[in-house]
Amino acid sequence: MTDPSAEARIQRDIADNTVMLYMKGTPSFPQCGFSARVVQILNHLGAPFASANVLEDPALRDGIKQFSQWPTIPQLYVGGEFVGGCDIVTEMFQSGELETLLREKAAA
Amino acid sequence: MTELSRAARLEAALRTRFQPIFIEIVDDSGRHAGHAGAAPGGETHFNVTLVSAAFSGLSRVARSRAVHAALAAELEGGLHALALKLRAPGE
Repeated sequence: MTDPSAEARIQRDIADNTVMLYMKGTPSFPQCGFSARVVQILNHLGAPFASANVLEDPALRDGIKQFSQWPTIPQLYVGGEFVGGCDIVTEMFQSGELETLLREKAAA
Repeated sequence: MTELSRAARLEAALRTRFQPIFIEIVDDSGRHAGHAGAAPGGETHFNVTLVSAAFSGLSRVARSRAVHAALAAELEGGLHALALKLRAPGE
């Protein structure tokens, strides 16, 4: 079960931020190569994003895995919807789909 | 079960579930040694490539979820990172 306060926080995060990244570390100091890669891609695309450091909050770290039904970090949400982790973000970046998605949601 | 390496267990579970036409499993744990989540014995970080008809018509997220479900016991038992490349035949 997702911790109720973690779940409430996640719902607020993804509603308030068009692009929301759950990661290990911070955008300026990622503490995992997979998180670093997603930050690099979002920066490259010039997409403003908010982030949460799951290493600072064990309830959030477990909570986001439960909430997304996804076992690993990082996790990217765009427009309130789960996009995926590092592999999917990388594939969508390479195919151009991520840029399209970000543009659509930013305009919405 | 403890006799087999994690790579062998992953391969067996994935072959059974997805009957892939291509499967490659690379233990990438060495590259992550010292990183949080890495264990002294390794076997924590894997790169998996699968080509299976089971992925036809599924979104990227759905493909990954299917793999996570097939490997749930490993993910709960110390498998820390799983880089996935999942394709349907012809992709």
